[in-house]
Amino acid sequence: MRKLIFIAALCALPNIASAIDVFACEPEWAALVKEIAGKNADVYTATTAMQDPHQVQARPSLLAHYRSADIAVCTGAELEIGWFPVLMSNGANPRIQTGKPGLFEAFQSVTMLEVPAHFDRAEGDIHPYGNPHIQTDPRNIGKVIAPLAQRLAELDPRHADEYKSRAADFEKRWSDAIAKWSEQGKPLNGVAVISHHKSWIYLYDWLGIKEVATLEPKPGLPPSAAHLEELLDVVKRQPVKMIVRSAYEDSKASEFLAGRSGLPAVELPFTVGADGADDLFKLYQVTIDRLLDALKKGKP
Amino acid sequence: MPNHPIASRALAVASLAIPIAAFADGGAATAFNPKISLILNGTFAHYSSDAPADMPGFLLGGESDFRPSGLSLGETELAVESNVDDLFHAWAAISIDEDDHVRVEEAYVNTLQLPEGFTLKLGRFFSDLGYQNHQHAHAWEFVDAPLVYRAFLGGQLGDDGAQVRWVAPLPVFLDAGIELFRGAAFPGGGDRRGGIPAKSVFVHLGDDLGPSWSYRIGASYFATNGENRRTGDPIETSFTGRTRMAGADVVFKWAPNGNPTQRNAVLQGEFYRRTEHGGVIFDPDGFADASAYDGRQWGFYVQGVYQFVPQWRAGVRYDRVHAHNTLDNPEGDSLALLADDMGRDPQRWSAMVDWSHSEFSRVRLQYNRDESRPNRVADNQVFLQYIFAIGSHPAHSF
Repeated sequence: MRKLIFIAALCALPNIASAIDVFACEPEWAALVKEIAGKNADVYTATTAMQDPHQVQARPSLLAHYRSADIAVCTGAELEIGWFPVLMSNGANPRIQTGKPGLFEAFQSVTMLEVPAHFDRAEGDIHPYGNPHIQTDPRNIGKVIAPLAQRLAELDPRHADEYKSRAADFEKRWSDAIAKWSEQGKPLNGVAVISHHKSWIYLYDWLGIKEVATLEPKPGLPPSAAHLEELLDVVKRQPVKMIVRSAYEDSKASEFLAGRSGLPAVELPFTVGADGADDLFKLYQVTIDRLLDALKKGKP
Repeated sequence: MPNHPIASRALAVASLAIPIAAFADGGAATAFNPKISLILNGTFAHYSSDAPADMPGFLLGGESDFRPSGLSLGETELAVESNVDDLFHAWAAISIDEDDHVRVEEAYVNTLQLPEGFTLKLGRFFSDLGYQNHQHAHAWEFVDAPLVYRAFLGGQLGDDGAQVRWVAPLPVFLDAGIELFRGAAFPGGGDRRGGIPAKSVFVHLGDDLGPSWSYRIGASYFATNGENRRTGDPIETSFTGRTRMAGADVVFKWAPNGNPTQRNAVLQGEFYRRTEHGGVIFDPDGFADASAYDGRQWGFYVQGVYQFVPQWRAGVRYDRVHAHNTLDNPEGDSLALLADDMGRDPQRWSAMVDWSHSEFSRVRLQYNRDESRPNRVADNQVFLQYIFAIGSHPAHSF
């Protein structure tokens, strides 16, 4: 009997020692998992702040990490539609499939904006579930904390209490930070901007910023010279204060328009890992700081 | 408990509740429909030579004809895919060629829930040997297949069968698979397709090399046989014997910081060696000139495609095949052609430029200097091609 217990303990040992294997589609969810799970999670991040999460390919390295993961934490809402379905059909991982607890889609915990009433590709690469760039509003991160902690606890019940307490602690610090940023961001309320891509509607919704145009003529189409000329007209007619792009977007178009219009061009991190945005707190602090900075520059 | 089928189905329904609720009226009805896409493609082709598209040292079969001269509709492909349930996923691609022939290009189910990294695929599918073979023609970087694919596989190897594949639990990508086929596809085919006349094995290894480079290399082996396999038009040639093929494939992709939006490059190459052993008969229903046939052949292509600004890409390709065949009685046109390996290897130079307005549209201009006919007679070939995709958003494998 004692021998049996010893063998059983040996078999259980690797499980005790091994962390939960997390495949994070985007860096913000990798950062959130680390906040909630700490050392209990081994986190692989599939994309970086220098990549458009819609445009990466199902590279062999992604397939390899998908194969071994216990859970994938992704935005969903078709943001990863160009590559994640390939992982699901070729990655041979029964744990991460539609309807399995190993597939966590953050978009299901937030209220989606820009859900189109009708779908027509003439409108560009639109997403039927709504605009997928939910992480630009820190309140959406806040909404994902509890469901994500719950899911991690479900998959790794031995550390359930730890996930819950870490999540509660993070949630407290997070809501304090949001209150601070909301206060700091007050001067941005009502400010009109032009964005490179429709990446920021959740950020704008939070801070009350008005997007009057995008550098892309349609979502997913690169800025054209003709469209930039039209935007010069828009700038003359409307009180636009700045041109916003993300760290992974080519700076040429926004710098061109900035040069021609005299408006400041501001590069925002978009996600964790971009210049200055080492963690989730710094991501939004840098975002607010740069927007306020540009607002000052825009007021000569 | 979550693994109980009913429970997991309930979970699936629950997880769908939010997006469905987010749709306007009528949206919910489409949420369960399969993903459907339709690929439209058409070509204008010009050839400076109107000699038959023969290749010395080879009996061509499958889809190895040149595209029709002038304006023509290429294959119109309808693809439908969906999860069948929590265990199976299904995919079908039906194509209609320029002569209105409907063909099932692929129709298979694959498993989603096998443990330990295994997947099983059943039905008709493109073999996973090599690199380009599993890609549908509209995803190719050039209008036409490499010469080695044209000569050895009749353009592309797709057949009815089963595939077992295993993905290794490693931090680098390693997969291996075995495929068992009906053996109806060129270079096999003909009578007696019982048993397992054709099989292949393949292995791939891939990873990232720093933030900007990624690669995949592979090796494959394919064996099949023909039993009075008929090729050629209007006068047929029959082949009875076995074919063995072994090859290696490599692809490197580059994108600055892994972001291909502005600039990216794809370098790929494949090399195959093929041996054939058996007998051939020219015009089996007429002259019936018969000969023993032993073939030793190799072929390769290398190509590079570079996206230099958004929407615009340019590429070059070099193709070459070589045959060293022994025929004891090379009488009859096709047998004389098969025996023709006078040291003038068929080869081809290609260059292309294409423009993609969005992820769903592409227009391509391609030039070939084709020296694949007997005596390396040069054919200057120009193609203008469009490829449009409508329907659900495509996901592309590496």
